[in-house]
Amino acid sequence: MSTITLASKRRRSALRTIAFMSPWLIGFAVFFAYPLISTVYFSFMHYDGFKPPTWSGTKNWTYVFEHYPYFWPALRNTLWLVVVMVSLRVVFGLGVGMLITKIKTGTGVFRTLFYLPYLAPPVAATMAFAFLLNPGTGPVNSILEKVGIPAPGWFNDPAWSKPALTLLALWGVGDLMVIFMAALLDVPTEQYEAAELDGASAWQRFRFVTLPNISPIVMFAVVTGVIQTMQYYTQPLIAGKVASGVIQGAGTQFEPGYPEKSTLTLPQLVYNLGFQRFDYGSACVVALVLFVLSMAFTAILMRRRGGLIQAGD
Amino acid sequence: MPIPSAARKTAFALTAAASSLALLTACTGQSSSGASDDASANTTINFWHAWSAPNEVKAVNALIAGFEKAHPNIHVNVVSNMTDDKINQALRSGGDKAPDVISSFTTNNVGKFCSSGALVDLNPFFKKSGIDPETTFPKAMNEYTQYDGNRCTAPLLGDAYGLYYNKTAFKKAGITSPPKTWTEFQADAKKLTINQGDSYKQLGFMPDYHGWETTTEHYAAQFSPTYFTADGKSNVAKDPAFTEAFTLQKDLVDELGGFQKLEKYRATLGDEWGDKHPFQTGQVAMQLDGEWRLGMAVDAKTKFDIGVAPLPVPDDQVAQYGKGYITGTIAGIAANSKKQNAAWEFVKYITTDTDAVVNFSNAIHNVPSTLAALKSPKLTYDPRFKTFLDIAANPNSTTSPASINGGVYLATIQNFGYDYESGKVKDLKSGLAATAKQIDTDIAQAK
Repeated sequence: MSTITLASKRRRSALRTIAFMSPWLIGFAVFFAYPLISTVYFSFMHYDGFKPPTWSGTKNWTYVFEHYPYFWPALRNTLWLVVVMVSLRVVFGLGVGMLITKIKTGTGVFRTLFYLPYLAPPVAATMAFAFLLNPGTGPVNSILEKVGIPAPGWFNDPAWSKPALTLLALWGVGDLMVIFMAALLDVPTEQYEAAELDGASAWQRFRFVTLPNISPIVMFAVVTGVIQTMQYYTQPLIAGKVASGVIQGAGTQFEPGYPEKSTLTLPQLVYNLGFQRFDYGSACVVALVLFVLSMAFTAILMRRRGGLIQAGD
Repeated sequence: MPIPSAARKTAFALTAAASSLALLTACTGQSSSGASDDASANTTINFWHAWSAPNEVKAVNALIAGFEKAHPNIHVNVVSNMTDDKINQALRSGGDKAPDVISSFTTNNVGKFCSSGALVDLNPFFKKSGIDPETTFPKAMNEYTQYDGNRCTAPLLGDAYGLYYNKTAFKKAGITSPPKTWTEFQADAKKLTINQGDSYKQLGFMPDYHGWETTTEHYAAQFSPTYFTADGKSNVAKDPAFTEAFTLQKDLVDELGGFQKLEKYRATLGDEWGDKHPFQTGQVAMQLDGEWRLGMAVDAKTKFDIGVAPLPVPDDQVAQYGKGYITGTIAGIAANSKKQNAAWEFVKYITTDTDAVVNFSNAIHNVPSTLAALKSPKLTYDPRFKTFLDIAANPNSTTSPASINGGVYLATIQNFGYDYESGKVKDLKSGLAATAKQIDTDIAQAK
């Protein structure tokens, strides 16, 4: 009798737990599990969005990895942006945050000045940068030429297009600046005082006091930066289109990644394959590659962060 | 400071959800259905189109008013400014608010619309109405509105491409008439080019494939290419028309200063749709462009006389001088529509009624899309516009055919063009062979 009562209690407890978790479970099932399972399923199907899907085995995977001419350039570009752009954004955001927490006067003005660009709509900001960095008529190159510095081709030069996108990302670093400022102001001042009494230099104070205290925020900035960069779509697309001078319309063709595929990113391929070629199966393959890469980067970062903390302890 | 397990799991979940959700929403859909309805009954149909400029929307509304006057029982609910992406979604989903009739600015998706069954084959409707498309529409327009025998769209006005030239600059350079052959064109382009330092005071012609309308298909059209063999394989490596077109463009690039110099100059030029277009400012003396440029150039009040002529032809095709590249807007009926007969009455009116087509053409200054409308005395136009009417009516004018994967094959050819003009690829023959192979692979993937 007591066994039955215990089992019944456990069952009721489990049901209660599930009931409390149900909003999350429903959200997880609808917004994560279903799309993910669907994506895996469609990656093995031939599906044009109109006719019912048909089994195609590994054809889509073979096509994307072996025959789709944009995949490898897009993957290389995405990895370049993840490594270079995310790193520089975090370093620059932290630097600006530290600078603003240190200055005594005009903090509000500088904070506003650095934060405002982040609020600019990405399309408008990218078009403005394409204008500023126009190799023929842009003011940046005019100034560089006047002071005798060789002017790059920026968005018109495959070697300079990604650095130009990185500049654009650094300009809009206001989001990171704000969270770094909050983290920096939270570091206990007595730890700095103790370090100073121990004769720690400015670098040592940063390395052994500031960094360990703000490391969860650094990790947050890096992980969200990686995710955002994996989904980097609007800026490279607009920059490439504006710089190429070709506005897509009747009779013009989608030219991904101008110049010479250098601004091509994986999300652009999902759009190109899914919505322009009507090849949803191959689009799902690229989406899964993005998913796996995002997970891999996050796993690596989590492990590396453990090492960072130990070194700082 | 170890990372809490819950935080680690949350980070993974966030990463996974964020990276997958935004990208995976496309992977649902369904197929089409047919319907039979009474076109004489009182009904309302939905019409989605891409026009958005106020004068264009006004013209579309006038077109619809004309239809509703002729068919008082059929009312048209209009949705403007619709892109192909939105149209595709609506064609897939269906429903009461989905379009019964769609119109698209590009012919690129005709192959997919037809092969997928998203739009119904209009051949039975034409037959039922006693209309022969072959004798109703210009040849090229007939070609780009069907795929593999399935005529799932009809032309709704068109675009014809020709040569604009600066008459004042021609006179200064001692050129008395527009070039008829590419040899004459090359000589004129050089004569019209005035260098200034490491740039240009005036460029005879901007040959780069990024020079807006100087695309591979627009050049190639003057050589009357055959894009696909009878068995549907790419013909770019075998048809000498492509070799000649690529060679001509590369020669122009090299003769007019080289790729780097031209690209640097191109970056200084105004955009295609603004008043600072380089032809309109006098920076470029000749321009390959569509019929719309005439109105834009006139509106920009250029400081020189504008001349219009057909594009040149190869020296051995002088007899075909007058031809050009043709494309245009298309209209079709959704397979999901339950009002296909009423929708056909509308499509029939806007695409084949001579007065309707003429009035619409007069209002938005595009080329009429029926042979009768092209000859109509009711057409009103600048005398120079006649050149484009003649190009549209010319049986030797060509277009790029519909393909199962839309304009992918054109993008592939164009991408090869970028590599060839820049010198990244030097071997034209092997480059074209690789391009053909890529096109065949892409088409096989789409089937």
